[in-house]
Amino acid sequence: MKTMAADAPPTAAMSRLAELLGVVVRHALLIGASAIMLYPLLWMLASAFKPENQIFGDLSILPTSFDFKNFRDGWTALQTSFSVFYWNSFVIALLVVIGNLMSCSLTAYAFARLEFPGRNILFAVMLGTLMLPYHVTLIPQYVLFLKLGWIDTILPLVVPKFLAADAFFIFLMVQFFRGIPRELDEAAQMDGCSPWRIYVKIIMPLSMPVLATAGIFSFLWTWNDFLGPLVYLNDSASYTVPLALRSFIDATGTSAWGQLFAMSTLAILPIFLVFLCFQRLIIEGVAMSGMKR
Amino acid sequence: MTIAAGTQATGATGRSPGRDWGRLMPFLFLAPWLVGFVVFTLGPVLASLYLSFTKFDLLRPPTWIGTDNYVRMFTADYRFVQALKVTFTYLLFEVPLKLAFALLVAVILDKAVRGSGFYRALFYVPSLLGGSVAIAVLWRQLFDGNGTVNRVLLWLFGIQGPSWISNPDTAVYTLVLLAIWQFGSPMIIFLAGLRQIPQDLYEAASMDGASKWRQFRRITLPLLAPVIFFNMVLQVIEGFKAFTPAFIISGGTGGPVDSTLFYTLYLYQEAFAYFRMGYAAALAWVLLIIIASFTSMSFLTSKYWVHYEDDGR
Repeated sequence: MKTMAADAPPTAAMSRLAELLGVVVRHALLIGASAIMLYPLLWMLASAFKPENQIFGDLSILPTSFDFKNFRDGWTALQTSFSVFYWNSFVIALLVVIGNLMSCSLTAYAFARLEFPGRNILFAVMLGTLMLPYHVTLIPQYVLFLKLGWIDTILPLVVPKFLAADAFFIFLMVQFFRGIPRELDEAAQMDGCSPWRIYVKIIMPLSMPVLATAGIFSFLWTWNDFLGPLVYLNDSASYTVPLALRSFIDATGTSAWGQLFAMSTLAILPIFLVFLCFQRLIIEGVAMSGMKR
Repeated sequence: MTIAAGTQATGATGRSPGRDWGRLMPFLFLAPWLVGFVVFTLGPVLASLYLSFTKFDLLRPPTWIGTDNYVRMFTADYRFVQALKVTFTYLLFEVPLKLAFALLVAVILDKAVRGSGFYRALFYVPSLLGGSVAIAVLWRQLFDGNGTVNRVLLWLFGIQGPSWISNPDTAVYTLVLLAIWQFGSPMIIFLAGLRQIPQDLYEAASMDGASKWRQFRRITLPLLAPVIFFNMVLQVIEGFKAFTPAFIISGGTGGPVDSTLFYTLYLYQEAFAYFRMGYAAALAWVLLIIIASFTSMSFLTSKYWVHYEDDGR
């Protein structure tokens, strides 16, 4: 591309050649970057299938055999089986998704559509909580949950989500709701629909894209969350998958890399599957969070 | 930011059984958030401000010690200074490199039409996984003394690399690399920004014989400045909050020799390893003040170096 711009008007053939060269160079760069970025992931996947003595020193991303021994051994290597950890993680993630969708959409509907005194101030306050680092609330929240006897239960991780603690999703939904034509609400209101019915019958059905985005991100973030479970779950029977991985390192040290990689692969598998299914929504969600400020 | 609209709604409430009910209705929708805000945000923020002036170990009730926590932090706590040093070193390398890389790839992807959706998705994968324990585990192996990175270095160049994660001089840079590896999400935001730059600007510029580099500097960079600014603020705030990778790679210690003692990790240790809740609350408030002053300073100075389009939002 550089040659094209630098010289005087090139001939048609030359410019086509330069363009082709540009395309080749760009794709070469992109393929190179992809290879470097994906290599660690693929290597981990391959190592999960390799016997222990082959992992170190073997740079290949092609497993020599499909041996699931590491997966079988790793699954039950801790006192509690990984089935329990998966179940715990799924229950928490599912409840967080439900909680976020219900509470954040109610709040967003009030901010986007209803009139009440102090709305602008409350909206500003809500946006302010977006900026707040969670560390500032962490310790008093811990003390509160301790006093309530909620440590070692999933309640501290789930209950706040039913009370719209994730301001980011409220913000995302307010933006979306504002884009829904107001004439629809007004027509329904003429027919005597209450705000509740408008919310259930009009706003919610039209908001599937933003609800899906919020639900997917709730799931992904909760599945990956480490600090929350680390603080609130101490009993190994209540561990989530990330906590279990961490105690896997502590239990086996560096002696069982194959099993550790097998379990790590399984830990990120749900995230990867969700990404494969909802790739477009996820990428649009990221782009949207950046653009709609 | 809020749009004052929907005033017609008040007229219709007269028809519902009682006017009071109509007035109360919005607060019923708002109730979950209001309760959550008071119980899980406002209350705890004030409580942690109070706790930051106390000595509190969970066993006995908090005792008021005035500004002792803050005085100790700034005069007698070398680990606090170390945590700040580590965090700022991390931010200083991670944010510019990650953004530069994200912008470079976004510009390439913006031009290469064929397969750009595929690459975009591919490059985003690390952003999804990067904060997880599983990837931190992998990183620990990759940068180990006889880990994969050193094997590759040996194979390619015949160099025997050091143990990157157990060397205090290099440990934090493995975490910088992990952060840069996750350049996908700022890249997507850049791409969305690039799509909004009118193509005729580039066409006009290349008619006038402007080189690609000149077009990038004179058109892309200025018009993308608001997006770069947004990405930078976002990445710095995220960077301050980084916790999981440092925790896993150092086994929760922030080692070797406190070289990966991220601020959040130090706060966690003070609170949940040593149960110095009052001191940890003071650390949290200092973090809040650092983040708040960084954010407000960026916004206040942004008008001097960020060009906003007059008509755009």
